[in-house]
Amino acid sequence: MRMPGKMLPKIVGFVFKKPATVLYPKERLTPPKDLRGKMKFHKDRCISCGACARDCPSGACTMQPKSDGKKRPEFDLDFCTFCAQCAESCPKDAIEMTAEFELAHYRRGEAVVKE
Amino acid sequence: MARVRIPIGPQHPALKEPENFTITLDGERVVGADIRIGYTHRGIEKLMESRSYIQNLYLVERICGICSYTHVYNYTHNVEEVLGLKAPPRAEYIRTLFLELERLHSHLLWVGVAGHEIGFDTLFMYTWQDRELVQDLLEMISGNRVNYAMNTVGGVRRDVSEEQRQKVLKAMDVVEKRCKFYQEMATNEKTLLSRAVGVGILKPSDAIRLCAVGPTARASGIDMDIRRDDPYAVYPELKFNVPTTDTCDVMGRVVVRVLELYEIIGMIRQLMQKLPAGDIKVKAPRRVPEGEAISHTEAPRGEDIHYLHADGTDKPERYKVRTPTMANMPSVAKMLEGVYLADVPITLAAIDPCMGCMDRVLVLKDGKEERNVLEWDRLRKYGIRWYAERGWKQ
Repeated sequence: MRMPGKMLPKIVGFVFKKPATVLYPKERLTPPKDLRGKMKFHKDRCISCGACARDCPSGACTMQPKSDGKKRPEFDLDFCTFCAQCAESCPKDAIEMTAEFELAHYRRGEAVVKE
Repeated sequence: MARVRIPIGPQHPALKEPENFTITLDGERVVGADIRIGYTHRGIEKLMESRSYIQNLYLVERICGICSYTHVYNYTHNVEEVLGLKAPPRAEYIRTLFLELERLHSHLLWVGVAGHEIGFDTLFMYTWQDRELVQDLLEMISGNRVNYAMNTVGGVRRDVSEEQRQKVLKAMDVVEKRCKFYQEMATNEKTLLSRAVGVGILKPSDAIRLCAVGPTARASGIDMDIRRDDPYAVYPELKFNVPTTDTCDVMGRVVVRVLELYEIIGMIRQLMQKLPAGDIKVKAPRRVPEGEAISHTEAPRGEDIHYLHADGTDKPERYKVRTPTMANMPSVAKMLEGVYLADVPITLAAIDPCMGCMDRVLVLKDGKEERNVLEWDRLRKYGIRWYAERGWKQ
C-alpha cells in the first residue's frame, strides 16, 4: 500500500497545527465586511412608501402604525432571510445592512428591529 | 434461496434525505430496486404562483441548498427572456463566476460525502476543509455562504472588487494544489478502489435509454455538457474540456468529478482575467408581459430545466422545475441491480442525489394521498386537459 506513507506528513502536520475553531465568546473571528447581518433603520430618511414590506420575500418586514400617525417598517428577525431586498427596494436608503450576526434572544419576538 | 425484500427509508441511517428504496435481495446481491419518491415535497412551484417576481428570486434559490445559484440563474434567464432584457457583460461574468464556484464547492462536497459513505472519513475531512476556502470566497463576495441572494432580474446585486478578484485567484492556486492530492489519492488509494471499482454499473446504452444527465452520464462515456452543447452565460468565451470516462462505475463518477475540478479552476481563472468593466445591472420592470420561456443549465449534478409561463401580471402563472436528480433517478434503479447490499449507500450517493430538490408533486383527493401510476399516454392527455381547462392553447 502506498497511501499511508503519502498521508503521513499530513497527519503529523495536523498534530502541530492550531485548531481551526476559536473559543467563541472570548475570541471572535471577524466576519467579512459585506456580511448580510442585522439591518439598521434610519427613521429620519423613511417616507413611509412601503416598498420594503411589499418586496420582502419572507414577511419579516411589515408596516406598523406609529405614534405620529405614519406607518413605518418593523423587521422581525425570526422571519428574516437576510437577503437585503428591503435595502435595495428602499428609494431613500433608509435601510442599511450591517455585519452584526449575534442575534440570539431568550424569547420569541424579541429580535425585532424597530426605529 | 428465497428472495428478501428490505425497505431502506424513508428514515434510514444510510440516507441523508427521506426517500423509500425497497431492495429485493437474493442472498447478499440486489436483484431489483423499487423507488418511491415524494416524501420531501415542499410545494415551491405552487407557492411561486402567489408571489411577485422579486420575492420569487429568493424562493427559487431555496429549491436546493447546494446548487442554489443554478436555479436562480435559470429563473432570471427566463424572466429576462420574456422581458426582452439583457444583463450587462460584467453581470454575466459575475454570474458565471458564481455558477463555477458553486460547482467547485458542490464537487468537493460530493467527494467528501462519497468518502464518508464508504467509511473513508479522512477524505471527508480533507475535502470539506478545502471546500471551506471556496465557501469563504462566496461569503466574501455575496455576504452569504449558501443562498447567495446575488442574482436579480437584469443583472447581479453586488460587484466584485479588485481586491476580491485577487483573493479569488490566490485561493484557486491553493485549491488546485489540493485537487492534485485528491486525484492521486482517488486513483491509488486501495480502500477507495476496492469499494468503488466495478460497483453500480450503468452501461452507455442504459444511460441514454434512462436519460441520465451530468457527471452520471459522463462517467458512462456519454459526452454531454450543456455548457458546451447549448452555451449560456459567457461559456462560449471560455476554454474548457468535458472529461468523460468509460468505466461506467462509481469509480468513474469519482474520476469525472475530480477531473472536472481542474476545468472549473481553469474557468474561474479565465473569468477573473477577462472580467470586463461596466455596469452590473439594468433596471427591470416589476410587471412581466405575457409570454413563456424555457431555460436549461448544467447544474453541478446535471441538466437543470426551468419553464416559466407569464400572464402579464407581477406574478408568474406557472413555473416548472426539473432538477437533475429527477432525471438520474431511473438510472439508480438500474445501477443498484447486481450490487451487494453494503454497496447500496455508495451507489445511491454516486449520482449526488438531492431529494429535496427533486420531489415535486403529491396528489391529494378527499384529504388522502392518491397513488396511481400514469402511463405516458394518460399523462399526456391529463396535461392537455389541464392546460385546456385554463384556456391555454398549444
